Amino acid sequence: MSLTSAAASNWEADALPATKVRSYWQSVGYRLRHDPVTLVFGAIVLAIILTAVFAPWIAPMDPYKDSVIGRLKPFGWRGHILGTDELGRDMLSRLIHGGRISLMMGLVPVLVATIVGGTLGIIAGFGGRAVNTAIMRTMDVFYAFPSVLLAVAISGAMGGGIANGMIALSLVFTPAICRVAETATAQVRNLDFIEAARASGAGTFTIIRHHVLGNVLGPVFIYSSSLVSVSILLASGLSFLGLGVKPPEPDWGLMLSTLRQSIYVNPLICAVPGIAIFITSICFNLVSDGIRAAMDVRM
Amino acid sequence: MDGSHIATPPLVEVDDLTVRFVTREATVHAVNGVSFAIRPGETLCILGESGSGKSVTLRALMRLLPPDRTRITGTMKVDGRDVLAMDRRALGAYRGGLASMIFQEPMTALDPVYTINQQISETIIRHNGGTKAQARARALELFELVKIPSPERRLDAYPHELSGGLRQRAMIAMALSCGPRLLLADEPTTALDATVQIQVLILLRRLQKDLGMATIFVTHDLGVAAEIADRVAVMYAGRIVEEGPVAEVLGNPQHPYTQGLLASTVHGQPRDQDIQAIPGSPPDLRRLPSGCAFGPRCSQAMLACRTIVPEPRHPAPGRMARCLRVQA
Amino acid sequence: MDHPTLTHADDADPRDRGGTAQPLLIARDLRKHFQVKGGPATLFGAGRAAVRAVDGVSFTLFKGETLGIVGESGCGKSTLARLLLHLIVPDAGELIFDGDTVAAPDGITVRALRQQVQMVFQDSYSSLNPRMPVQDSVAFGPYVQGRSQAEARDIARDILVKVGLNPALFGPRYPHELSGGQKQRVNIARALAINPRMVILDEAVSALDKSIEAQVLNLLRQLKRSFNLTYVFISHDLNVVQYISDRVLVMYLGHVVELGPVDAIFDRPLHPYTTALLGSRPSMDPAHRIDEPPLTGDPPSPINPPSGCRFRTRCLHAEPICAATVPVLGAWLDRESHVAACHIQTPGSGHSQAAAQGSA
Repeated sequence: MSLTSAAASNWEADALPATKVRSYWQSVGYRLRHDPVTLVFGAIVLAIILTAVFAPWIAPMDPYKDSVIGRLKPFGWRGHILGTDELGRDMLSRLIHGGRISLMMGLVPVLVATIVGGTLGIIAGFGGRAVNTAIMRTMDVFYAFPSVLLAVAISGAMGGGIANGMIALSLVFTPAICRVAETATAQVRNLDFIEAARASGAGTFTIIRHHVLGNVLGPVFIYSSSLVSVSILLASGLSFLGLGVKPPEPDWGLMLSTLRQSIYVNPLICAVPGIAIFITSICFNLVSDGIRAAMDVRM
Repeated sequence: MDGSHIATPPLVEVDDLTVRFVTREATVHAVNGVSFAIRPGETLCILGESGSGKSVTLRALMRLLPPDRTRITGTMKVDGRDVLAMDRRALGAYRGGLASMIFQEPMTALDPVYTINQQISETIIRHNGGTKAQARARALELFELVKIPSPERRLDAYPHELSGGLRQRAMIAMALSCGPRLLLADEPTTALDATVQIQVLILLRRLQKDLGMATIFVTHDLGVAAEIADRVAVMYAGRIVEEGPVAEVLGNPQHPYTQGLLASTVHGQPRDQDIQAIPGSPPDLRRLPSGCAFGPRCSQAMLACRTIVPEPRHPAPGRMARCLRVQA
Repeated sequence: MDHPTLTHADDADPRDRGGTAQPLLIARDLRKHFQVKGGPATLFGAGRAAVRAVDGVSFTLFKGETLGIVGESGCGKSTLARLLLHLIVPDAGELIFDGDTVAAPDGITVRALRQQVQMVFQDSYSSLNPRMPVQDSVAFGPYVQGRSQAEARDIARDILVKVGLNPALFGPRYPHELSGGQKQRVNIARALAINPRMVILDEAVSALDKSIEAQVLNLLRQLKRSFNLTYVFISHDLNVVQYISDRVLVMYLGHVVELGPVDAIFDRPLHPYTTALLGSRPSMDPAHRIDEPPLTGDPPSPINPPSGCRFRTRCLHAEPICAATVPVLGAWLDRESHVAACHIQTPGSGHSQAAAQGSA
């Protein structure tokens, strides 16, 4: 008995490979869900962020309440789980409240730099040689400065403070992100499907909106997420130098600075804000690495 | 494979070779029980389309597959030596010394930051020892062998300074530098222009005859197989489905896939008719169908083809076909 | 066997302006040079080399035919394809589409041209946006041409059916989930979604397996009949060109060397290069192998090509006249004419094998 032969027509009679139909982002999500390292550290990052957001309700004590007699007391003294700082304020509460400002100074500049740098990079990648040269060489000037120096210089010139610190950091990160976006755009620009889109009659903005953005956002996002930890560190550095947050605001960098002299009295307490910075940075780094791995893999 | 035809011991003996790529997501059954033998000086052409397993077979013979993901079973013997059992040192002597490989895209197969001379000399010195001057002299000899014009000048060129055809000749020269007895060629002419392709094919044919090398030539092009092969093995979904002398396989194909390939190759068909295409696409190597892998696309399939994997049948001495319709 | 949803186009296209007598496309003396980025020596333009990719190409394309363009690397056929759509702007020469000059003030705009002419690219990893579902890639064309998103999606689904892909099954998929043949069908669907009159196929089947190539060629033939299309089929594969073309144009180093009906070109080639090209096809018969290659050496680079006839450096019949004068193609306007740009073919050219002036 013979089977009826497959129709000799052009119809695609065969089934597709038996993988579940998943969109690109769904498959990214799938890989992330099965990556234990990223999940664990992602949870820690989430915990850190939530702690910062709900600081007023989580912090056990008032972070501004000082006490002359209770200065630099060790862990556990009279209910202060992490001891007290040099003015007698509760370390844990200051740490939790400080997280708000530190995280904000970590995330906001990166966000701003991504939007500004990303836009400039796409324009540079798609525009003609003149536009490209103008934008990229300007970026190069800023890029040439070491980031700490640039942040300090801009922030100092503007007079310090949180807002100026964030502006300074945004300016520091914009060139790097712009460069990533420009490279990604330049790579995509010459691919066949862009030519096909042009052949369909699409204008430049339509092409950018539909075809370029999706392919450029990936690399830009990966790069930006790795900058968050750098931003936190730089912000802490600015505060350490007195250019960011002003006392008595709690901020991890500022806490490090003011606790510096007390290192001979109670070294452990002085390390606490540093450890907080360290852990937060590492967690963001690992999560961004995990996202990069998930977004990079193509079947 | 009919043993009565092999008078001299075979140079290459592959027996029940199976290659699987294992990842967390799926297992790809790239090669499923491939067996063949090649006599010294003979050219076997492995004919197949993408996904047939032809390139994987070749790379398995050179142990070029990624070790962490690959599971190889079966035996492969070249000149009596077990290729799978070779340690790193033995492999180093084997690759380039006993067996050599040329690839499809010479631009990526040659290192762009070294001159051709440096690359060939490195191979020669590694296998045969000697001084740089001796190696260069030998490289010059080889360049003349592969008919590269102005050989001294070309020796000191970088790969990107040569045209496609010259790069391919340089790669052939490099492969031949240590006198291998087995040449593995993975679609070396596919990326070349027509007028260059025929030159390289004729050159390979001549070299193979003059140097007495056995050659395994992987291609998807029937014309190339006709030009260069002594014997042809047709692969589909990781198995050899037909094998035999080239004139007989191309002139009187036994397996429906080979017949379909011949009918669907554009070669002088009348313009007002459709070409007889094989419907459907090759199977997913992660989920091979039960029974004959070609069954779902075969116009001559029977009910039994769905359950039984056809074993090799020999309709004539020296010929093999894996098809239930072929009389042994 | 025709696919049930494809029918033959009976009505004449309402966009037709000149009728069947008027060529759909006339290319006249198209020229495109690319500047080679030189080192410091050429910084100020002194002696800057140029890739003379297309150097004076002329031909006509008649309505409803398939013109095959063949040539090897460096001949300029891909550049020519892009010139026809003004994806690359020609340095010189003109394009006349159905009687209107392209990009001329009183002619047809490039945007309007692209509503009637489309291109199918070679199936490469970059021919489809990897981050877009396939049906969105196909719907993009109609959307850009002014349809609403919903309309565009309907058109896309409809076209996917016509190229043999089930839209429910294949529409939401991403390119990396499709096989080569399926991707190429999507490419064809993308070109046809705009409802063009002319389709340029740039090595459209070259990257496919032979059995899939056959399927796609059959599909292309059917689509041509159903949609009343005119094809420009660019390929390096002579066998495929012979099968699908009505007329053939042979290119070498930016020049047209021969042009004529397909049977004439393949049975009685006039130009030595065409003869060599045809003789380079591997024989399908192991008993009759090719012993000597028709041409030695590689195709030269289109930077600074030889003077006069560009093929003379590899031509067996080259003579001093070939280095001195560029051979002219001859009457290329008619559908039936078979011409070659060769001094042997030109009476009175001075070549020893040419006919005397005034004869033939």
